[in-house]
Amino acid sequence: MSLLRVEGLGISFGGLVAVDNVGFSVEAGQVFSIIGPNGAGKTTLFNLVTGIYKPLRGRVTMGGDDVTGLAPHLLAKRGMSRTFQNLQIFFRMTALENVMVGRHMAERSSLLSDLLGLPAADRQTRATREAAMGLLERVGLSDVANATAGALSYGVLKRLEIARALAASPKVLLLDEPAAGCNAVETEAIDHLIGEIAKSGVAVVLIEHDMKLVMKISDRVLVLAQGRHLAEGPPREVRDNPAVIAAYLGDHGTREADRAHG
Amino acid sequence: MAGKLLSSRLATLVLLAAIIAVVPLLAPSAFYLRVAAVVWVFALAALGLTILMGYAGQVSLGHAGFLGIGGYAVAIGPAQFGLHPALCLVIGAALAGLLAYLVGRPILKLKGYYLAIATLGFGVILALIFHSESQWTGGPDGMQVARVTLFGWRLSGAVNWYWVTGGALMIGAWIALNIGASPTGRALKALHDSEVAAAGSGIDVSAKKLAAFVIGAVYAAVAGGLLAAMNGLITPDAAGFMHSIELVAMVIIGGLGSVFGAVVGAAFLVVLPQALTFMHDYEQAVLGFLIMAFMIFLPAGIVPTLRKWLLERLS
Repeated sequence: MSLLRVEGLGISFGGLVAVDNVGFSVEAGQVFSIIGPNGAGKTTLFNLVTGIYKPLRGRVTMGGDDVTGLAPHLLAKRGMSRTFQNLQIFFRMTALENVMVGRHMAERSSLLSDLLGLPAADRQTRATREAAMGLLERVGLSDVANATAGALSYGVLKRLEIARALAASPKVLLLDEPAAGCNAVETEAIDHLIGEIAKSGVAVVLIEHDMKLVMKISDRVLVLAQGRHLAEGPPREVRDNPAVIAAYLGDHGTREADRAHG
Repeated sequence: MAGKLLSSRLATLVLLAAIIAVVPLLAPSAFYLRVAAVVWVFALAALGLTILMGYAGQVSLGHAGFLGIGGYAVAIGPAQFGLHPALCLVIGAALAGLLAYLVGRPILKLKGYYLAIATLGFGVILALIFHSESQWTGGPDGMQVARVTLFGWRLSGAVNWYWVTGGALMIGAWIALNIGASPTGRALKALHDSEVAAAGSGIDVSAKKLAAFVIGAVYAAVAGGLLAAMNGLITPDAAGFMHSIELVAMVIIGGLGSVFGAVVGAAFLVVLPQALTFMHDYEQAVLGFLIMAFMIFLPAGIVPTLRKWLLERLS
């Protein structure tokens, strides 16, 4: 049974079919990448899977349970976490507090103990802070823990979003262009981090434009074009698929992929 | 170190307690204590909005409606049913909370301007009810509130009410600070910045907004009850639109999301009109001008701006 399984998913916006009959499945410990030209429907697909849009057609299951169209916070409770292409950071909070919010589901305290500041609430906050600090260390951001998120750079915030998503201890992690706008060093760090996350048994779904990164770390790659399933398979196979080359990668992309494989 | 101290819960409470303790020593007459007591009451109501607007980022332009519920509960309960005013204060708070819960469910689905207008409409309806149900509320003239007797001791006079309202404010500030530092507070501040990311972290966004709305309503109702009992009178004006706007202005002038800011904002809008009475006809104009000046020069609000300035000085 796949950790995440998507079948025949589809949605249209005012007559425009944005995602049409797309399916895939991801196993624990796998890195599954979704690529495709701009406007192919990658982020829309993410929004369908994570409950931000309700699909018109199709099914999403997690570990065999139907979770189609569940509200985002309920999907989070079932172990689905994500990051966002256009950053969704709590800008007024510190980096540490951002990750602490990610621990929300692990927090055990009642509204009453929160109101009265009972020791239980303070204990919970201390435990959350410690866990969040550990996650910041894991993504290499412990030195900016107390900086206000709004003052941090784009590349740092990309990693902060990953730390916040990891704080929820997800089974399925969807990363929407985690390396966008990052320099070579930051991309390298994110590459390494994604590998580690997958190794810990998380099913990672990745949208990414950096082909070098995709070809290097993916177990399987799904190519979308105009909202439709164009090809799927191991990176090497997808890269050599003539339809993919024609529709998306082009001559330039093939050379990139070649270089990635050395 | 200095930063930690300035932002700690205890520091805010100690500072507030010190101010409440010192004012009676400096006040030349009972009139000043009376004004201060009104400041504490409005600060308490503003604290409810600090939780709703400052933490959770949800505006309410009808909050004085809840103030009215608390006020009329303390007026109607003893007059019509012979209930003890203290019990009526609790009933008023519970009623306001319940009403906020029922109204909040549909209303809080709205965002920004739409939420503002919906809450405005809600406040207008409440004020209208207090205005027109004259067999219960005394109509436009309002109604007298019976003097409060606690444990055989008659609660009256500026000094007694000063301490009662000051104590209520301390409790309200303590709870607001607790919420701010708790998992619930973090969830509220998170959904303020990004609802989609908050939901993605497993936060039930609508439930948290509703909780903030209910808590804010209870604060306002308690403040309204105290105000009515202290004044011995409640009128529909207390629940009116102008009071709702005043509460919002207090929170913003003092500093959105700052507990101490709510107190400073309340002091600003209660004390200044009194202090400006010597200007006669120009009083309102000068007040408006001062509000504009403060917003232009201290856009983050008085308390956050001062805190930042102090921190920079100390480090």
